[in-house]
Amino acid sequence: MIQFTDVYKRYASGKDALKKLNLFVEQGAMVFITGRSGAGKTTLLRLIALIERQTRGQIIVNSQNLERVKGNRISLFRRNLGFMFQDHRLLNDRTVFDNVALPMVVAGYSYQEIRKRVHASLDKVGLLSLEKSYPLALSGGEQQRVGIARAVVHRPALLLADEPTGNLDPALSWESMKLFEQFNQVGVTVLIASHDLEMIRRLRKPIITLKAGQLLTKNLPVEP
Amino acid sequence: MNVKRKPGTGPNNSLGRKFQVWIAQHARAMLVSTGQLSKNPIGNIFSIAVIGITLALPAGLHLIINNATQILENWEGNVQVAIYLKPHVDEAQARQLSQNLQADSVIENITLITKEQALNEYKTLSGFAEALEALEENPLPNVLIIRPNINSLSSVAGSELIHRLSNMEEVESAQLDHQWVNRLIAILDILKRGVIILTTLFSIAVLLIVGNTMRLSIFNKRTEIEIDKLFGATNSFIQRPFLYTGLIYGAGGSLVAWCLLLLLTFIIQDPVNQLSILYGSDFAINGLNAKEVFALFGIGSGLGLLGSWIAVGRHLSATEPT
Repeated sequence: MIQFTDVYKRYASGKDALKKLNLFVEQGAMVFITGRSGAGKTTLLRLIALIERQTRGQIIVNSQNLERVKGNRISLFRRNLGFMFQDHRLLNDRTVFDNVALPMVVAGYSYQEIRKRVHASLDKVGLLSLEKSYPLALSGGEQQRVGIARAVVHRPALLLADEPTGNLDPALSWESMKLFEQFNQVGVTVLIASHDLEMIRRLRKPIITLKAGQLLTKNLPVEP
Repeated sequence: MNVKRKPGTGPNNSLGRKFQVWIAQHARAMLVSTGQLSKNPIGNIFSIAVIGITLALPAGLHLIINNATQILENWEGNVQVAIYLKPHVDEAQARQLSQNLQADSVIENITLITKEQALNEYKTLSGFAEALEALEENPLPNVLIIRPNINSLSSVAGSELIHRLSNMEEVESAQLDHQWVNRLIAILDILKRGVIILTTLFSIAVLLIVGNTMRLSIFNKRTEIEIDKLFGATNSFIQRPFLYTGLIYGAGGSLVAWCLLLLLTFIIQDPVNQLSILYGSDFAINGLNAKEVFALFGIGSGLGLLGSWIAVGRHLSATEPT
């Protein structure tokens, strides 16, 4: 699903965010990326999402060489991805329904289809009753679940999450992780950047550890 | 959940479906655009008013020059021909010639100004009376002033008449006496160039106004644009509502400009009519005709569209991955 070959990323400031990174994530996997801040977790996700481009090396996502994805094909490429952020990034002037509908609206689905899927998605995260509320009226945990609903409403092949549980208490974090696990079980490849090592270990999933832009270890799940 | 879907396959696969999606996307963009406009009515009305005034200035000048040209063209059709007779032609011969010419259907009436009349007039008007006394002989020729019949006189017939008169043996030269009209027309031609320059400058001003307004509105919506793009919105999807807003600004500005011009015509109508009556003319001021109104709206809307297209394009190219 994701393959990095000798990938370098150097910013204009001269900082090397990634150095000769080699990585392989197979389709249908659920993988955690950990490491200290500044280790390159976010950069890794940004390169996969084509928000930035690598300086050198090759990245293949979903059988597409990202170097060849340009112009409007970037938009089409991103329609196969779902995103989750630590700060949720919801639009505060839109209802929960409209926020969740966003990925389907930009892709041009019909209203009937959008309504059906948004409701299914909100139901999945247990917020169907709040569809007409505005994000600022929700608690942090609820906002995060709206973010999750938005990330999966268009049935992406790959879900990218950057510190999705950063601001949540352990119980809520665990709930969110279980939701991610459920999506993974129906076939979505999930990539989560997180520094909550304790929780990650409990989930027994592959862990990629970055240090100063390089791959430190790749731990396979411990058999129970 | 079908995760093996090929990248980029949205809901649109058949051509008919694509067209449906395209229509729906435009309808949505229009809704978003009008929704945004109604959220800040005062600010948007101000912007549209500024655009309207900016468009009204060159359009108003165009209107004034158009009317002035029309007045002059009317005058031009009302010209006189001055026939300067040769010095040896005396007053009796001149009278005879005048009577002969009166029969010509192209000629409305003829006035003879004898050399003595001309000299006396010149003496009183020029102030050189004493100097002229010193002359032994009157140097001025007899002159026939012909007023052509406007109804039967086309421009070709006019020059034909001049030609015919010039070739008569008693005639020294024949001149269309409308040099001042020609001069005014030349001045108006210069002013018309001025209108073109003004129109260009004010068009740039409209572009800047729309562009800057759009820049602010893009800045206010930058989070939304970022998230839309992250979830796969194409540039056209982002651009469309802004383009509609630009179009509405431009068309609204044109409407304001048109109303201002109607007001201008209304205000100066009465004084112009009174002036016309004093000159014995039936001239009435003309507003913009249908074609000009169409052009005003075309230019206004086009500028609005272009201004927002440039502003959004600049922003979007800055969001491409590097």
